[in-house]
Amino acid sequence: MTAPEPAVEASGLAKAFGDTRAVDDVDLTVPSGGVFGLLGPNGAGKTTTIRILATLVRPDRGTARVFGRDVRDEADAVRSRVSLTGQFASVDENLTGRENLVLLARLLGHSRKRARARADELLSAFGIAEAAGRLVKTYSGGMRRRLDIAASIVVTPDLLFLDEPTAGLDPHSRKQVWEIVRALVARGTTVLLTTQYLDEADQLADRIAVIEHGRLIAEGTSSELKASVGSGALVVRLREAGDRPEASRLLTHLLDADIRAGSDPKTLSARVSDPDAVAGALAELSRAGVSVTEFELGQPSLDEVFLALTGQAADNHAVEEVAA
Amino acid sequence: MKTIESIASRGGANEILPTALSAAARPARPSRLSASRTFGWRALLKLKHVPEELIDVIFIPVLFTLMFTYLFGGALSGSTGDYLQSLLPGTLAMTLVLVSVYTGVGLNTDVTKGVFDRFRSLPIWRPAPIVGALIGDGARNLLAAAIVLALGLAIGFRPESGAVGVLLAVALLLVFSFSVAWIWTALALVLRTPSAVSNVSLLFVFPLTFASNVFVRPETMPDWLQAVVDANPFSHLVTAERGLMHGTATAREVAWVLLTSAALVAVFAPLTMYLYRKRQG
Repeated sequence: MTAPEPAVEASGLAKAFGDTRAVDDVDLTVPSGGVFGLLGPNGAGKTTTIRILATLVRPDRGTARVFGRDVRDEADAVRSRVSLTGQFASVDENLTGRENLVLLARLLGHSRKRARARADELLSAFGIAEAAGRLVKTYSGGMRRRLDIAASIVVTPDLLFLDEPTAGLDPHSRKQVWEIVRALVARGTTVLLTTQYLDEADQLADRIAVIEHGRLIAEGTSSELKASVGSGALVVRLREAGDRPEASRLLTHLLDADIRAGSDPKTLSARVSDPDAVAGALAELSRAGVSVTEFELGQPSLDEVFLALTGQAADNHAVEEVAA
Repeated sequence: MKTIESIASRGGANEILPTALSAAARPARPSRLSASRTFGWRALLKLKHVPEELIDVIFIPVLFTLMFTYLFGGALSGSTGDYLQSLLPGTLAMTLVLVSVYTGVGLNTDVTKGVFDRFRSLPIWRPAPIVGALIGDGARNLLAAAIVLALGLAIGFRPESGAVGVLLAVALLLVFSFSVAWIWTALALVLRTPSAVSNVSLLFVFPLTFASNVFVRPETMPDWLQAVVDANPFSHLVTAERGLMHGTATAREVAWVLLTSAALVAVFAPLTMYLYRKRQG
């Protein structure tokens, strides 16, 4: 038994648009099966990377193979195994939801009859059966996105590209999209998704590659990335705000860490290098008469990981994106 | 809606979704013809869902037909009836050239909206989306021609060569508008927005259709303008249309239009396909 062929193997990929190096020497291996997340701020090169892999953009340099087929020289072979849901709705707004799916099914080679049956199957599975006869331009963002994903799996692809699948969706629709992704993966499809939401990568992706300015700056599982930052975060909430200086002094001593005062006058937080020391420190606070109402010891968030890797807070990027 | 909500709340215990995902094996790729026909069907659906587009385009020829006939017809030809006989084949030709612009506008809309990314990532014959749209738009063009013709007949246009002549005239127009549409598809792949495509296209279309023999006889114009009008391919189209409808057409007049059409396709179809392949949106 040989190891399964990777879904994507890219090396030295580069693509420039004018003076902008959208993708700059990217090496990427996406194993077959599971969800692979490309995480990065807006304009980092995520979209260009997946457009190259989906045969829509030719790379200037480097090679990329999808299930062993070259995206440049064997584009048609690649196209017959992948599907793409673009960042902007890649469905036809001036057709109904059903017509969109029938159109795709016909283009993929289904007979008329089979195409209609397949469209109806997908419409009910994705919860858009009631809106099937309405023009897509009347759909909500969440419905449109579900239709878009349904259009990508009319014939179940081996590799599905999802470009920012939940951008602009409300939390409920977002969760629905996540469920769809998980169901797809359970059926054996490999999903390569881009996102600028850290919690999305954290929730969905088995492996994450962090990309910025067209370069991959880190790659690994969510835990590996977090571990690379080195520590967990302790947050303590006190009963009395007046106890804070005393608590701060004690914790600094006991945990050998910098203690930060939270914006809430009753909270404190600390970077902890040795999580085992935390229990002892909390006991010590109690003995000293400092009453703790809540505490939380967690892994660093991907936000912190991102900050550590890029020197910029991910939130700033999100804000820029909204402003743009 | 219920389906997905239920998986979200029950943590993945959904039955319909996995069933829909476990599709049968991938069917064989469609033939070139089948893929193009599917895109033609799409163009027809658009006509059904967005008929306003057609109304927009035929508004001008309808207005001009009525306005020129009743306002200027008497002065230009002695009677409105006589004038309409020579005007209508011209405004009909104008209609079909104007309506062809929307093939380019539609293509640009697709390209800029992202639905083309999906088409381009399908394993289908590359030109199918464009060829299919052109074929489907043929039906729209035919409808536009029928509306303007019906108007003409209602206000007294009487083609001397009868139904056969009219059918031949319409067929020739469809060939010409199909050919001229390739100019707009090439433009559509270069310009950024659908409205830019329509503006730039109309910038060509209006001078082309006005500096012609549609509204007045070239003999009444100054010499330099007469030269322009005589050289204008659109004038040749109008002459052939009048000839076919009134039974005076010569083979030479019709051949001229067919040759112009062939030349347009020979230049702009490969150019469109080149731009389409190159376009990386």
